[in-house]
Amino acid sequence: MSETKRMNMIQALNSALDVTMERDPDVLVFGEDVGYFGGVFRVTEGLQKKHGLTRCFDAPLTEGGIIGAAIGMGAYGLRPVPEIQFADYILPAYDQLVSEAARLRYRSNGEFCAPVTVRTPYGGGIFGGQTHSQSPEALFAHVTGLKTVIPSNPYDAKGLLIASIECDDPVIFLEPKRLYNGPFYGRPDEELKTWDKSGLATAEVPLGHYEVPLGRAALTREGSEVTVLAYGTMVHVALAGIEESGVDAELIDLRSIVPLDIDAITASVRKTGRCVILHEATRFGGFGGELSALVQERCFDHLRAPIERVAGYDMPYPHAFEWDYFPGPIRLAEALLTAVEYR
Amino acid sequence: MTKSNLPRLQLHIPEPPSRPGEEVTFAHVNRGEAGAVSRPDIAVHESEVRDLPYKLIRVLDDDNQAVGEWDPKLAPETLIKGLRAMMLTRTFDDRLFRAHRQGKTSFYMKSTGEEAIAAAQSMALDKGDMFFPTYRAMAWLHARNYPLTTLCNQIFSNAEDPLAGKQLPILLSARDYDFYSISGNLGVRFVHAVGWAMASAYKNDTKISLAYVGDGTTAEGDFHEAMTFAAAYRAPTILCVTNNQYAISSFAGFAAPERLPFAAKALAYGFPGIKVDGNDFLAVWGATQWAAERARTNNGPTLIEFYTYRAEGHSTSDDPSAYRPKDEAAHWPLGDPVERLKDHLIALGAWDEEKHAALEAELKDKVKVAVKEAEAIGTLGQSKPPIEEMFEDVFAEKDWRLKEQLRELKARRARREGEGA
Repeated sequence: MSETKRMNMIQALNSALDVTMERDPDVLVFGEDVGYFGGVFRVTEGLQKKHGLTRCFDAPLTEGGIIGAAIGMGAYGLRPVPEIQFADYILPAYDQLVSEAARLRYRSNGEFCAPVTVRTPYGGGIFGGQTHSQSPEALFAHVTGLKTVIPSNPYDAKGLLIASIECDDPVIFLEPKRLYNGPFYGRPDEELKTWDKSGLATAEVPLGHYEVPLGRAALTREGSEVTVLAYGTMVHVALAGIEESGVDAELIDLRSIVPLDIDAITASVRKTGRCVILHEATRFGGFGGELSALVQERCFDHLRAPIERVAGYDMPYPHAFEWDYFPGPIRLAEALLTAVEYR
Repeated sequence: MTKSNLPRLQLHIPEPPSRPGEEVTFAHVNRGEAGAVSRPDIAVHESEVRDLPYKLIRVLDDDNQAVGEWDPKLAPETLIKGLRAMMLTRTFDDRLFRAHRQGKTSFYMKSTGEEAIAAAQSMALDKGDMFFPTYRAMAWLHARNYPLTTLCNQIFSNAEDPLAGKQLPILLSARDYDFYSISGNLGVRFVHAVGWAMASAYKNDTKISLAYVGDGTTAEGDFHEAMTFAAAYRAPTILCVTNNQYAISSFAGFAAPERLPFAAKALAYGFPGIKVDGNDFLAVWGATQWAAERARTNNGPTLIEFYTYRAEGHSTSDDPSAYRPKDEAAHWPLGDPVERLKDHLIALGAWDEEKHAALEAELKDKVKVAVKEAEAIGTLGQSKPPIEEMFEDVFAEKDWRLKEQLRELKARRARREGEGA
């Protein structure tokens, strides 16, 4: 493997953009505040200076316009990587994503496609209230034709972003903003451990080009008693919850929910006989429902307990109640114990 | 607290000038004089042409002569080609509309009265420029001799459908003809056209884009998003509003209250807007040429309002006599685009009634042959592409879901066939 460096997730994502822009002149980056300033989370910092004004530039405050223009660029033959500043603001572009990006290839019988990768920070844990905290992955996973990718660490973030940009389908790339600077275990009072100081191998990031393939889950923790399915910030919360519970759980980091690594999920649940699903998004109609149905359909004879879902409560993201709402390690631990104690 | 001395508020709902059973009035249409509007330099700053949206650019006058600075001065052979494309569009529309009534297709939309716009633009622009059309722009394809049988196959959704049964009739995609995929969501492509043009500029290419929305769709956010983007990045694009006076049954007064010209919307974005007689083949060509030259020389976008009239219903599902006077089309003050170009060619001495009748008969025959060929393959429900096609092109490569679902569907079919045997 090439030379590596300790990076946080912001640096890893920046490196992914830098590497792909270097390799492919058809890759360009744009969005609100991403140009000269380098983005409100600094993910595009330095790219304009290094690659030029036309390859990394600011956009008007029109999410529908940003995605619509990116689709047109994709139809021309470019690989645009637009940024939506917060996933909470992506909804004005929903028509462009659902009716256009996702269907252009199908409805034109393959004549046109939109190889657009939409980067957007998502998720809570930053005291961002209703408009800087949501987890809208289910809205995209439900739309066939779109891929939905969610990294949980710097190494994956870079490899998955490169794979997304180089993929010929439109990708929604959700960046767990609570993980930008360090892993987060769902304990808000704990001092932040930066990626650099985390001691985690996943903060060791190759400087060059590499891909983490879409649709391949990671086995984050091996275990025998119960399978935990998680992605994004919740992968770390899951580790904390497993520790809290004392249960020997197996943790699968899905990395992309579309395409979904169904084989990894079924293999694990068939082994453990139990399954707990953890996500930050609201529970009802959340992606956990789909996971639960798939596990039930494919692992019914192996299940020894009902499938448990741990998720956000069904309300708008409640500002002052953030830590009451947030599905943290204690709630996961309870679910794990419920699952293993079921008779 | 009540303010008894103030009148009570009243909600205003726009109403068209005439409804069924009433006398047709087009008093609000100011035709102006053909040839009266001067043609500015392509590098003109928009601040110098803010009067243009309020004037109507016309070339063909009431004596069938081409006059004024916007006359593209085309050779009679070119005009005849244009006339042919427009007549073919109309003939094809009439035949395929009937095919819908005969149950051969699920849906059809005619371009009647608006043929000049896409026909002239298809001919005026270069190969490789990309057109982001609406569903009333088939004249673009007819002007470029898109195979009629293939078009019928798409409309009949049969085994040879070029879109393999994946999209509604008429919502075509024809990349080889520079014709972008149409969706039923109306304004979305306006933004794509701007992005496409930005990409062309990004690559230092020479190609430009052209896009349509109707009058009603200017109310969509997409229109404003596209205008904002086009202005900010000076995208090499021609953005057009085909104002045919109707959004299904709603008159244009909903999208442009108080008869504001749609072209004037460009003023707020800082690039030129021009209003053009859409039933005047020469005016359409001249205006398109001006906008294309601007785009190709890094002078940025142009908004063109094509002032026209939808002479027939919105689609096969619409009956316009339910909301407008039956004879309204006959009173449209800017005439019929086919008749006007024909009369001009006759005035030039390059055309006559016999030639016209012969061409009409030839086109009718051509369409008839194409429909027969497509019917031989099959019409709606009698013939369709292989079932595997249903699962193709959702993604670049099928994922496990689609593979499993295809297997499931095939297994069921095999079982049922086995039972039947």
